[in-house]
Amino acid sequence: MSTEHQTPRLPDEHGVPDPFLYMHPVMKKNFGNWDWHERLRPGVLHHRSKSGEDIWTVRAGTQRQMDVFTIRKLCDIADEFAEGHVRFTTRSNIEYLISKKEMIEPLVERLIEQGFPVGGTGNSISMISHTQGWLHCDIPGTDASGVVKSLMDELYEDFIKEEMPNRVRITTSCCQVNCGGQGDIAINVQYTKPPKINHDLVANICERPAVVARCPVAAIRPAMVNGKPSLEVDEKKCICCGACYPPCPPMQINGPESTKLAIWVGGKHSNARTKPTFHKLVAANLPNNPPRWPEVAEVVKKIIYTYKEDARDWERVGEWIDRIGWPRFFEMTGLGFTKHHLDTWHGARKSLNASTHIYF
Amino acid sequence: MARDNGSTPKKNGAPAEKNGSSSKKELHPTPMLDELESGPWPSFITGLKRLREADDQQYAPMMNDLMGQLEHSYEERMGYWKGGVVGVYGYGGGVIPRFSEVAEQYPESKEFHTLRVQPPAGFHYTSDILRSLCDIWEEHGSGLIALHGQSGDIMFQGCSTENTQKAFDALNAVGFDMGGAGAAMRTSMSCVGHARCEMSCYNEVKAHRDVINEYLDEMHRPALPYKFKFKFSGCPNDCVNAIHRSDFAVIGTWRDDMKVNQDEVKKYVANVGRKYMIDSVIANCPTRALSLNDDDTLDVDNRSCVRCMHCLNVMPKALSPGDDKGASILLGGKRSLKVGDTMGTVIVPFMKLDTDEDYEKLVEFAGEILEFFGDNALDHERIGETIDRIGLPAFLEALDIDADPNMVNHPRTSSYVRTDDFTEEADKYLRKKAEEKSGKEDAANTNEPDRPVAAE
Ligand code: SF4
Ligand code: SF4
Ligand code: SF4
Ligand code: SF4
Repeated sequence: MSTEHQTPRLPDEHGVPDPFLYMHPVMKKNFGNWDWHERLRPGVLHHRSKSGEDIWTVRAGTQRQMDVFTIRKLCDIADEFAEGHVRFTTRSNIEYLISKKEMIEPLVERLIEQGFPVGGTGNSISMISHTQGWLHCDIPGTDASGVVKSLMDELYEDFIKEEMPNRVRITTSCCQVNCGGQGDIAINVQYTKPPKINHDLVANICERPAVVARCPVAAIRPAMVNGKPSLEVDEKKCICCGACYPPCPPMQINGPESTKLAIWVGGKHSNARTKPTFHKLVAANLPNNPPRWPEVAEVVKKIIYTYKEDARDWERVGEWIDRIGWPRFFEMTGLGFTKHHLDTWHGARKSLNASTHIYF
Repeated sequence: MARDNGSTPKKNGAPAEKNGSSSKKELHPTPMLDELESGPWPSFITGLKRLREADDQQYAPMMNDLMGQLEHSYEERMGYWKGGVVGVYGYGGGVIPRFSEVAEQYPESKEFHTLRVQPPAGFHYTSDILRSLCDIWEEHGSGLIALHGQSGDIMFQGCSTENTQKAFDALNAVGFDMGGAGAAMRTSMSCVGHARCEMSCYNEVKAHRDVINEYLDEMHRPALPYKFKFKFSGCPNDCVNAIHRSDFAVIGTWRDDMKVNQDEVKKYVANVGRKYMIDSVIANCPTRALSLNDDDTLDVDNRSCVRCMHCLNVMPKALSPGDDKGASILLGGKRSLKVGDTMGTVIVPFMKLDTDEDYEKLVEFAGEILEFFGDNALDHERIGETIDRIGLPAFLEALDIDADPNMVNHPRTSSYVRTDDFTEEADKYLRKKAEEKSGKEDAANTNEPDRPVAAE
């Protein structure tokens, strides 16, 4: 396949590729006609169609950021054990689709032997939804890949087992843009200092009115600094959100010490039982401590294992806390409650306790 | 799309002109990154090392310097990439330009752009197509691919400016197309749905491809006030997080009664015990729509059921969605910037999705919303913020949508509203409801038997 082009090649605007070119034939044949499913063991699903056909799925964790050698290894496994058809979940797990039940065991064995954990189904801790970080983003406060790898090493046993009260979805975000979604537990960058402005660069790089408009609390003003047009920040007003940094890179929001990590809990997207919920802040100011972020892992594990111990079947983290109450949550996890847990943003009143429902 | 089943990486003839003068550079020491090689979870660092040690590949020097820069980030706890402008012919977006701020120390990875490429709906692949993608990225890029980014894209990470066009041309030639970036319609995601899930209430593949492909121009030539995301989940379990992570969430649901296989219910009760059944299934119904009969069969009050999915999830063999299927459409989900996180809220409580015409209506509606967004949103405003700014009533009026009690948790609690046309509005609502009711009765009289959904 030659790709030497003198004149630009006209692209073929295919749009979204047609998945039927790649879908397992049993799935194609029974498209829209599935009846029920069961889980045979952690990481293995069995779906039965209304016409009585079966497909088995074996799910395994990956590192998401994959080198071509890893992808080819996964492909070789697909050819040898799984009829060449795979798909990925939204959380970067790979799924092998097989129409022969007897291939499950050899496939599972090969995956484990090649270092891919089999699990992530049912009431497990699935792969952490993963943002970019230092490896590739232009505004990151930390490295999502490293945080995710470190945590998944720690949570490995609960990926390969289904022993949690309900599924646990963890997300990361390496800046306050928060590319990760809501999570039962979210590990997000939290800035703690206003931006430091490199005035020499502002004049050349940044469209100042756009930057001024970006600030959610109107803390940025145009200003002349050393005779040049620049910007200034009212540090009393600034909430250190970092929103000005992407449109104006000279407004550096990150610092090796000042960029911290915060832990949030109780978010979910699913509509099951309760309506979808946002995650809530529980711990902040954890150090951004590569390569393994042990302080973060400690808090996350404390929360997860308290939940595992205390929650009833099918309670997500947020539902568990709804039942036991926030005072008990802070007591059981040993985390401190501060004035910073009191919301001050729009609609904050809705988060306050307007009742005499008190936990003792 | 004939492919020469490209399974072997080119072992010989590494492009010499690319490797430059220093025939073989020292590998950067990476003591901090090395620590991420231990532990049971697959290590991306081990993968990066495989790439930088693939001496016969053009990307090895680039990946060595990339690792050098990443180690530098780990030591200094700062990021060192900046944006810029890089694109491919015919497209206004889709490439995420990255230029190193520490290129003097790490020259080979001074350009490390990402191509966002749309995945097949539902993320299905064959090993052959994955290998083709690997071969292309081995020839033109860094050898590093993320499956998938938070945006849903296949992220081909790490390409020089010069190779960007070549890489895209090759990807395009095997059937893949650019995703979205910037102020544009973004790459979409759909759940596995119809392909393997019994909960699925509409054809996610069709909805996803019909909508996105119709408005591809909005993705490839960014002209919107800000980003706009569609996501497609086949049922309220919302496996692709549409409600919060998209401006336009299409979430499957059904209108008629759920299906109950009472024998399977009894088996389930016999298996888990009555107490567990009551505590974990019955008592967890958010609207008290469930009750366990004395003979261990299930009594479902379908008028109170809000299709939360809990009981179906717990007893997938016993319970399934009904036949009158379609989707709820919610608008305005987004993350923090700038008003704070928002969930999408109901704009269309139910849109039937069955016939081709139904899907055309969905596509049309998506177009109306995109157009409204393009015309009315302020710069850098997401549609949820636009709706907040102008108020839901004004938005509905602009789109000629009637207010519906399914749009609210509860009616307003503030009296600060002018109500002089309240009576006319209430009459309009009551007339509409009466028409719907008689329409339903007509339909019930000409009821067709269930049509099985045809494959493809
Ligand atoms: S969360 Fe922030 S730093 Fe991380 S990838 Fe997203 S935008 Fe970049
Ligand atoms: S960090 Fe946020 S609050 Fe502070 S100046 Fe920048 S945009 Fe405004
Ligand atoms: S969202 Fe619903 S239909 Fe789609 S995969 Fe999840 S459970 Fe199945
Ligand atoms: S789907 Fe949810 S709301 Fe409906 S009956 Fe089951 S538990 Fe109740």
